[in-house]
Amino acid sequence: MIEVNRKGEVWVFAEQHNGQLEDTPIELMSKARHLADILGVQLAAAVLGDNVKELAGKMIHYGADKVYLVDDPLLGVYQTNSYAKVIYDLIHKYEPQIVLYGATTAGRDLAPRIASATKAGLTADCTDLQIGDHETVKDKKVHKNLLFQIRPAFGGNIVATIINLARWPQMATVREGVMPAPEADTKRSGKIIEEKAALSRQDLPLEILEEHKRPKKVDLKASRIIVAGGAGVGSKDNFKLIWDLANCLGAAPAATRAAVDLGFIDHDHQVGQTGTTVRPSLYIAVGISGAIQHQAGMSQSQKIVAINNDPDAPILNIAHYKIVGDLNEVVPIMIKSIKEKGIKD
Amino acid sequence: MGYNCVVLIKQVPDTKKITGDVMNDDGTVKRSALPAIFNPEDLNALELALEIKDRFGGHITVITMGLPAASAVLRDSLFRGADEAILVTDRRCAASDTLATSYILSCAVKKLDYDIVLCGRQAIDGDTAQVGPQLAEKLGVTQITYVEELIGLDGSTITAQRNIGNGWQQVKAELPVLVTVMGVANEPRVAAAKMMMKYKKALTPFEVEGKIKAENREAGEADIKELAEHKCSKLVEKGLLIKQWDLDVLEADLDWCGQSGSPTKVHRIQSVVLAAKESKEVEPNAKGISDMIHELIEEKTIA
Ligand SMILES: Cc1cc2nc3c(=O)[nH]c(=O)nc-3n(C[C@H](O)[C@H](O)[C@H](O)COP(=O)(O)OP(=O)(O)OC[C@H]3O[C@@H](n4cnc5c(N)ncnc54)[C@H](O)[C@@H]3O)c2cc1C
Ligand SMILES: Cc1cc2nc3c(=O)[nH]c(=O)nc-3n(C[C@H](O)[C@H](O)[C@H](O)COP(=O)(O)OP(=O)(O)OC[C@H]3O[C@@H](n4cnc5c(N)ncnc54)[C@H](O)[C@@H]3O)c2cc1C
Repeated sequence: MIEVNRKGEVWVFAEQHNGQLEDTPIELMSKARHLADILGVQLAAAVLGDNVKELAGKMIHYGADKVYLVDDPLLGVYQTNSYAKVIYDLIHKYEPQIVLYGATTAGRDLAPRIASATKAGLTADCTDLQIGDHETVKDKKVHKNLLFQIRPAFGGNIVATIINLARWPQMATVREGVMPAPEADTKRSGKIIEEKAALSRQDLPLEILEEHKRPKKVDLKASRIIVAGGAGVGSKDNFKLIWDLANCLGAAPAATRAAVDLGFIDHDHQVGQTGTTVRPSLYIAVGISGAIQHQAGMSQSQKIVAINNDPDAPILNIAHYKIVGDLNEVVPIMIKSIKEKGIKD
Repeated sequence: MGYNCVVLIKQVPDTKKITGDVMNDDGTVKRSALPAIFNPEDLNALELALEIKDRFGGHITVITMGLPAASAVLRDSLFRGADEAILVTDRRCAASDTLATSYILSCAVKKLDYDIVLCGRQAIDGDTAQVGPQLAEKLGVTQITYVEELIGLDGSTITAQRNIGNGWQQVKAELPVLVTVMGVANEPRVAAAKMMMKYKKALTPFEVEGKIKAENREAGEADIKELAEHKCSKLVEKGLLIKQWDLDVLEADLDWCGQSGSPTKVHRIQSVVLAAKESKEVEPNAKGISDMIHELIEEKTIA
């Protein structure tokens, strides 16, 4: 752990695999930039890997003032211990006040290991971050400019704001897809600080025998319009309605977990707490009840249209356009109406 | 041969059953209003340990840290085939975050012989998935998180398949290891009737004392204590005493436990309010829908 360090930087762990940056650390950059500006400190990215110098430049384009670059063949493939050790050493050398990680599989494997070694706090799977003040109940002492780490818990039923008063750095993992990624500004410049990794073979206790990555069939996050179907659609055959409506809008088809579990569509299309988090311009929810876990993945949509034959369905409470009716009638009318207006992109 | 497995299990409120009336006005959850259950993925961790024992032999110890009532999940584990159960309970554990929780659990695990430590991937109340990796660090063992399948155990090495988000990988490591187990890993077996008959009488010392008190309302404190000790030693003989450890037994450093051992604090909790935004009712007919589409085009939501 480190002491409270008001001059410390804000850091983002720039997770990469095979020289490709993950989306989540990039998404984190605009928020991290904002936090650093409020605190009046520099924003830095930690880039670890083998032959990844190019990524350091990219992180600067996304808003970093500085990059700590650790380039070492032993960091070529992600392993918990090697990555944890390098970041632990960096934290103790430079004493950042905030360290943020994407809540990806690797991020959630790595960050707790570092937090435990550092004996610092770690907040899981945040959906928002802010800077704020906290007054302790006992002594009425005001702690200024703390990182408010905002996260859902209890299966998404509550939202907790977590703080870390004393044992810093303030660390959090941040959920994928909840923050809009910044545009790369190729004119930005910054400082690259190269650091050595103090690693040996012993820091690589895993032998990776085989690995299979399956490319995502859809990129829901990149879609401006999403048409999502739920269990109410009734069958895989009838799910064609969702594909048809999506097609005529140039939209991506998506689904609830119930629809995925029923085999209507592949898991890659699932929106929600255990699927993808999306924030499109338009989200059309068809035959979806609006469970909290589904809402967790779509409530940030700019416009929501909900079609449901139950006037009490919770999804209608968050919809901008509520259509109470049978989807089997409403969706064909919508398709017809859109085609009449000659939209197709 | 065989492997010593230690399974960490947590009793949790059944958050799937949350409705409006189990929330307090200040947005906190009335835990008592929800049924307490075995954390779902901890059942998968236990099942994996049972499969290891079925195939290779060995010994399974389950540990939970919680209130005295958490003994229910320990008994449930005994019904399913665990050999030994330990309740870690102490008022000074209250308000532990994941760092303090993993520290306390590490003190308990270090008292045991282990080859494989098994955790669920995530608990459905705190929802952090942090305790497993933190416990691995405190024990100084290799962690294999997000395990979907045990491929094999061969002497002193384990091979497992883990989920990596957009795919999977198979990894091999030297024992001891800590694994965190996902729901897809297996189908947890149900309690065996024979085991239930045997272990329904398994009690923690705390429960023994409670029972003796209820049965001997007139007795003084010293007598109760003596009766309880006697009963406990009889339970030990039958293998029916659930061990109960407090922080003194664990020789834990109190600075790292409970409130003082927890860097994270809750600043505020809100229940999720279903935000009623500015909204329009649309008639489910051609006119209503055409007007809506028109508006969406006008404001350029639809290109
Ligand atoms: C609303 C809310 C938000 C919170 N947010 C955070 C946070 O962001 N960071 C933080 O550090 N703490 C947080 N906590 C505290 C945290 O929930 C507790 O420390 C809890 O005891 C362990 O975390 P978990 O439930 O997330 O378990 P997880 O880490 O999800 O559990 C993983 C596995 O660890 C094992 N395990 C966990 N707890 C026990 C136990 N008591 N006994 C035996 N085995 C166990 C089980 O195998 C379990 O499946 C929060 C608590 C609340 C109420
Ligand atoms: C830990 C956890 C994680 C979860 N993660 C996710 C997640 O990531 N994503 C997710 O979506 N869910 C998730 N869930 C599941 C979630 O709780 C709900 O069960 C699920 O979202 C319900 O899907 P649904 O709305 O399609 O089905 P239902 O709740 O069954 O709703 C179907 C709706 O269709 C309507 N309907 C039926 N027929 C018609 C008709 N002819 N015309 C119009 N409307 C009709 C009904 O009125 C109803 O409202 C999770 C649950 C848990 C416990």
